[in-house]
Amino acid sequence: MPRMNAAQRHGVDFTLNGRKVRAEAENRMLLSDLLRHEIGLTGTHVGCEHGVCGACTVQIDGKPARACLTLAQQVRGSDVRTVEALAPAPAELSPLQAAFRRHHGLQCGFCTPGILMSLDTLLRERPEAGREDIREHLSGHLCRCTGYATIVEAALAAAEEQRKEETPNA
Amino acid sequence: MTRLETAGGMIGRSVPRVEDAGLLTGRGRYIDDLPVRRDTAHLAVLRSPHGHAEIRAIDMTAARALPGVFAVLTGEDVARLTRSMTVGVKANVECWPIARDRVRYVGEPVALVVAENRYVAEDALDLIEVVYERLIAIVDPEKALAADAPVLHPSLGTNLINERSFRYGDPETAISTAAHRVSIRIAYPRNSCTPIETYGVIAEYDPGEDAYDVTANFQGPFSIHAVISRALNVPGNRMRLRTPPDSGGSFGIKQGVFPYVILAAVAARVAGRPVKWIEDRLEHLTASVSATNRVTTLEAAVAADGRITALSWDQLEDCGAHLRAPEPATLYRMHGNMTGAYAIENVAIRNRVVLTNKTPTGLNRGFGGPQVYFALERLVHKIADNLGLDRLAVIRRNLVPADAFPYRTATGGLLDSGDYQTAIDRACQEGGLEALRLRRDQARAEGRLYGIGYAAVVEPSVSNMGYITTVLTPDERAKAGPKNGAQSVATVAIDPLGSVTVKVASVPQGQGHRTVLAQVVAERLGLPLEAVRVNTELDTARDAWSIASGNYASRFAAAVAGAAALAADRIRDRLAAIAASQLNVTADRIDFRAGKLFDRDNPDNAISFGRVAAASHWAPGTLPDGTGQTIRETVFWTPEQLEAPTAADGINSSLCHGFIFDICGVEIDRATGQVRIDRYVTMHDCGRILHPGMVDGQVRGGFAQAVGAALYEEYAYGGDGSFLTGTLADYLIPTVMETPEPLILHHETPSPFTPLGAKGVGEGNCMSTPVCIANAVADALGVEDIRLPLSPSRVSEWLYGEERPPSKPQDSIPVATGASGERLLTGSGSAEVVATRESVWTMLLDPNTLKAIIPGAHEVRKVSDTHFRAEVTLGIGPVKGRYRADIRLSDMLAPEAVTLSGGTEGALGSGRGTGRVTLTETAIGTRIDYRYEAAIGGKVASVGGRLLDGAARVVIGQFFQALARHAGGGGPPSAAAGFTQRLSSLFRRRR
Repeated sequence: MPRMNAAQRHGVDFTLNGRKVRAEAENRMLLSDLLRHEIGLTGTHVGCEHGVCGACTVQIDGKPARACLTLAQQVRGSDVRTVEALAPAPAELSPLQAAFRRHHGLQCGFCTPGILMSLDTLLRERPEAGREDIREHLSGHLCRCTGYATIVEAALAAAEEQRKEETPNA
Repeated sequence: MTRLETAGGMIGRSVPRVEDAGLLTGRGRYIDDLPVRRDTAHLAVLRSPHGHAEIRAIDMTAARALPGVFAVLTGEDVARLTRSMTVGVKANVECWPIARDRVRYVGEPVALVVAENRYVAEDALDLIEVVYERLIAIVDPEKALAADAPVLHPSLGTNLINERSFRYGDPETAISTAAHRVSIRIAYPRNSCTPIETYGVIAEYDPGEDAYDVTANFQGPFSIHAVISRALNVPGNRMRLRTPPDSGGSFGIKQGVFPYVILAAVAARVAGRPVKWIEDRLEHLTASVSATNRVTTLEAAVAADGRITALSWDQLEDCGAHLRAPEPATLYRMHGNMTGAYAIENVAIRNRVVLTNKTPTGLNRGFGGPQVYFALERLVHKIADNLGLDRLAVIRRNLVPADAFPYRTATGGLLDSGDYQTAIDRACQEGGLEALRLRRDQARAEGRLYGIGYAAVVEPSVSNMGYITTVLTPDERAKAGPKNGAQSVATVAIDPLGSVTVKVASVPQGQGHRTVLAQVVAERLGLPLEAVRVNTELDTARDAWSIASGNYASRFAAAVAGAAALAADRIRDRLAAIAASQLNVTADRIDFRAGKLFDRDNPDNAISFGRVAAASHWAPGTLPDGTGQTIRETVFWTPEQLEAPTAADGINSSLCHGFIFDICGVEIDRATGQVRIDRYVTMHDCGRILHPGMVDGQVRGGFAQAVGAALYEEYAYGGDGSFLTGTLADYLIPTVMETPEPLILHHETPSPFTPLGAKGVGEGNCMSTPVCIANAVADALGVEDIRLPLSPSRVSEWLYGEERPPSKPQDSIPVATGASGERLLTGSGSAEVVATRESVWTMLLDPNTLKAIIPGAHEVRKVSDTHFRAEVTLGIGPVKGRYRADIRLSDMLAPEAVTLSGGTEGALGSGRGTGRVTLTETAIGTRIDYRYEAAIGGKVASVGGRLLDGAARVVIGQFFQALARHAGGGGPPSAAAGFTQRLSSLFRRRR
């Protein structure tokens, strides 16, 4: 790793939502700030800046990570995915997003992007995930509006739908 | 009042929300997402580390000199450009958004920095030197009333800022002649519904027009706009306030952003450029706003059959360090319904408002309800127990009769509608009360701790803007002029292509207002949902609004949606007249459906909505005589029932009164004291339901927050005013694992006072659930004095008595809260070094050695032989900061023992402590033993409380490791070597 000067901005090359990007950041800049204020993808939200609320969760190389606890420089060469990458097309929703809408899994929507990124990882890695797996993954997120029940229902519905699609007429 | 027919209608259906697609794909537009001018600078706030102190000096030289800093302001700089904020009671006291000569709570703004970005602004905060002279802080509202208590505001001369007594009916006679008198005393704690999005403000000043333009995620009430304009010393039309399209939750809390609107506006003016401020979580938890804590004594006069004939309330409300608008509204919001769901004719109330060294209070979901109902419903429980009656029977005996609505309460409230008896019967039956009782009996038979609680609650909604004037005496009110009503407003507009836009001043924070308004207006105009677009952003320079605008007091469904229906009706009547002239029928035969206007008796005789709707734009001359335009209709609606307080202090504080009846079953773990909610049933009567999915969403959300308030959440303060819950790891919000799923039931009795028959629903469980859980816990434990939050440690105290100190000495003594209330750390340890006692002694007194071995020391200066000053940087948990330490040596017994005592002070906090170091000769050199006791306050206590004890041990361990290294190595590590020694030997090997 090259030695970096704290007083200067340094380039950060990484893949963001499938596209190569090059941004500049001071050593101390958080990934959440880089995404939101340097690159302009404001879908990743910042709720606590100490890793508890989970609103800023993104995927780094396929794993959920708190963007507020990650320095921008740490994602050099990584593959970063944010909530903006979930929908298959601009006017469409992914099955998980659609289930959230159907089940009223959101109110103010501020915690939602982080929750979607965690659940997206879970459903990709463990398609058989049931209620308890979903609850466990949601326990890293704080939602103040919904009381969680509709989020769990939405996730269960999305998991069910995904299983049906993967085993058509099995 | 107009009522909607439901058949085939859009209202009452759980349609998908129009808000969701954008929010699910990351395209929401919250305040921190909005584009700003390129020259926008960032604001950071220096905050008080002390609960109570005089500010002796502020040195901003170094901060101002930092490259990238545009401006640094103190309270005096702000005061020069503003006026004190309006205080809602008659009292000789000022209320500033930033401290001037004195700080009165931890987190109070002390200085502002405007810089090119947030990082630089925070760098500059660290460079501001403030000299404080600490005063005794007062955090207990009852102690604040003592004659010798320190006074927060010398101009006031007392901490009691307001006191009023009220009397309705003949409470004295009722109490003196009662068969029984039952009373209860409650201390309700502080908490907050803490939205996940924090406060944010973007402010700009135009010197040419002397006008401010501010965007903030403010939620209303817009009566606060008047407070902001007055404080900024401009007429209202030069204080443009806008809200962003989306807001990340509020629950009342974002009313409290307004002092920061003033600060950011002034900062922008001084810096000569737009200023943006996004609050961080520590700032939010410490200093945004809190619900009030309240000490209540409530006494009831009770007949032998359990009928309550009088209530006597004594409420001591703690509003924190300043009485900020609209406080003391928390105390008066419930004034019309202080008798809850019960018909009680005689009421006495004494209300006192006290100031303490805590964060100023403001709106919080439930606003006043949790405090009132905790006392009232605990008392009803106790009445039944004392009289040997069934608790449910006592509730039923006192309910307002079903045929008595609208019912005027003793204190002046007008309960609009309800059938409490049927709602309770249904809740017991459909909620499975019999089965729950069997479950309890069975659990108890097995020796388990199980309890059932109830709560019956009236949920007020649509506040009377005049209720707060009940705090004034009738004479003061007469002088000030009457205040009453609650203007809600909606605009329905039709563009030249005939599509419909609805505009309201409701400022939602996630409640789905846009969806419900589209439903209401689409149904009125016979259009599909997607044909109506709704805008809920508010701009005070362009939109129709009034003081009652905003999103609070659960006013949306009852008032705002109603105003939209009325506006749509006016347009509909005119469109019908236009269509009638074109279809050659009378207007009363015109119906609206599926985008067409048609003759009800001959549906083929039809014309498209768009064509009729566009006529006002393209061919106004063709409109029938007397038909006004259909381009835009704005309706202001204020209900006549919201009258000003009467001369006898009667007040209908709210327009609507929903009803809630809750049943809760809890089991308490005997070993851990953990409270588990086994079953929860919540019955709601919120009048007519407009969108079932959203109503249940409101109930679940309020319930989850109430579970937090009951079991986990408290804004905790040390006795010295230090704030102890500054992170979300200390202030515990329930996750999915702690949030049970309630059974939600509905019993609809439409309100006769609102256009759609709807009432508010969002706040009810915040009022009913904490006391319902408490009643269940009381039932399980047989404990009367139930205090929230019901943490396992508190419950264990009731189970087993207070924890006693261990009988034999422990290696490390756990973190304790000292008598002063500060975080008290104690510990001891030892280390062995290969050096003589004399050389160790010399090292300990040599500033150069100390500089080399004190962790993080930049400089150690010897003031005298027994006095040292040091500058150190220490990281404890998430916070790293620079501290100045002042250390004095005493009880010196060279070369055997010395006592070090002193204090540290830094931007992140302060500490005081003493340590005794003794040196003993050993076979290999010298053993150093130490014991210390330290008290810590300020930011580091707020965020690092859980970590302090461990951190102190690590830092002190590092000190002795370094000493050992400096002394030139130690002996070979032995099996008996302590952890510190093994660590230090590792260090030696690595060298």
